[in-house]
Amino acid sequence: MEYIIIFIGSAFVSNIVLAQFLGICPFLGVSTKVGTAVGMGTAVIFVMTLATIVTWLIYYYLLVPFHIEFLQTISFIFIIAALVQMVEIILKKSVPSLYQALGIYLPLITTNCAVLGIAILTITKEYNLMQGVVYTISIAVGFTFAIILFAGIREQLELTEVPKGMRGIPIALIITGILSLAFMGFANLV
Amino acid sequence: MNQWKNFTKGFLRENPVLVLILGTCPTLATSTSVSNGLGMGLALTFVLVMSNLVIASIKNLIPGKVRIPAFILVIATFVTIVDYVLKGYVPALHKELGVFIPLIVVNCIVLGRAEAYASKNSVLSSIIDGFGMGFGFTLALMTLGGIREILGAGTFFGMKVPIFPADMQGNPKTILIFILAPGAFLVYGYLVALTNRLKNKLN
Repeated sequence: MEYIIIFIGSAFVSNIVLAQFLGICPFLGVSTKVGTAVGMGTAVIFVMTLATIVTWLIYYYLLVPFHIEFLQTISFIFIIAALVQMVEIILKKSVPSLYQALGIYLPLITTNCAVLGIAILTITKEYNLMQGVVYTISIAVGFTFAIILFAGIREQLELTEVPKGMRGIPIALIITGILSLAFMGFANLV
Repeated sequence: MNQWKNFTKGFLRENPVLVLILGTCPTLATSTSVSNGLGMGLALTFVLVMSNLVIASIKNLIPGKVRIPAFILVIATFVTIVDYVLKGYVPALHKELGVFIPLIVVNCIVLGRAEAYASKNSVLSSIIDGFGMGFGFTLALMTLGGIREILGAGTFFGMKVPIFPADMQGNPKTILIFILAPGAFLVYGYLVALTNRLKNKLN
C-alpha cells in the first residue's frame, strides 16, 4: 500500500516535469516525435533507477560512516557521470540491440538535472533503499508519461499555424503550462 | 573585445534565460517571488564568477581530454560552498530553493560558460563575463518572479500591491495559478515570446 501511494504521488501528483520543474531540457528538446520520446523515457527510467541505487549505497555506506556528507554533491555528479559512461560501454559490448535503441540518449542524460535531483531528493526524504527505488521508478515513469503526451501534442502542433513570435520554445512552454494545469487535477488523489 | 560590451551582452542580446533558453529548471522553480529569484540569481552568479575565475586561471594546466570532469569538479566545489553558506546564514531561503542549490552543478549556464568562454579567454574577461551572465540570469529571474508574485500573491518583495479587489474576509482575490506550477510555464513562455519580438525589432 505504501508503495502504491509513493507511486501515484510521485508519478502523477507531483510529476517531475510538470510540478517539480526537473528535466525540462530533455522534455523540451527530445519531444518532437513520439518515437524519440519513448526512447528517451526508457533511457531515463533505466539510468535514474541505477543512479539512485548506487548513490544511495555510496551515501549510507561511505559518506555517512566517514562523516563526509558535505561531499554529497561532488561525489554524486561524478558517480552519475561515470555510471552513464559505464552503462554505455557495457550495453555496446553485450546488448547491442538495446544500445542501438538507447545509445544516443545516454550521453544526454549525464547532464540531466533530473537524475542528480532525484538522487539528492531520495536522500533528503530519508527513504530506505526499497522506498527509494520505488520512488525513482515512479518519478521516471511520470517523466516518460509526460514526455510522450507532450510529443503527441507537438506532432499535432506542426500542422497548426502559430504566430511568428510564439513559434518554437514559447508555444512549447505555454502548452507545458496547460498540461501542468491538467495534471493539477490529480492533486487530491493521495 | 570591449569589456563593457562583454559585461552587458548577458542582459538582453545573449540573455541566458530568455534568449539562449539555458538553465530552465531553476528559472521555473525558483521564480515564485522576487526575493527567491534574487536569491537564486545571486547564488548562481557567485558560482559562475568563481568557477570562471578558477577555470580561466588553470586552463593551461588541464589536459583537453579530461577538461569536462575538471570543470565539474571546480563548479561542484563552489556549489557546495554556496549550499553550506546559505544553510548557515539564510536557512529560510535555503529551504525555499531546496534541491535547486546543489543542482547548480548541472546547470547548463555554468558549464556552458566554462566550456565556451572561460577555457579560451583571459582571467579578467572571464570574471566580467561571469558577472554579466549572472546578472542577466538574475534579472530574468526577478522579472519572472515579479510578475508571478504580483499576479499570484498580490505582493512585491513581500509588500502589498493593492490592485486586487478584496473578498469577504478582506483578503485580496489574487490569481493564485500564477504562483503555482502552471503559472511558471505560462509567464516564461510569454516572456520568451516578448523577448523574441523585442530582438527582432532591434535588428
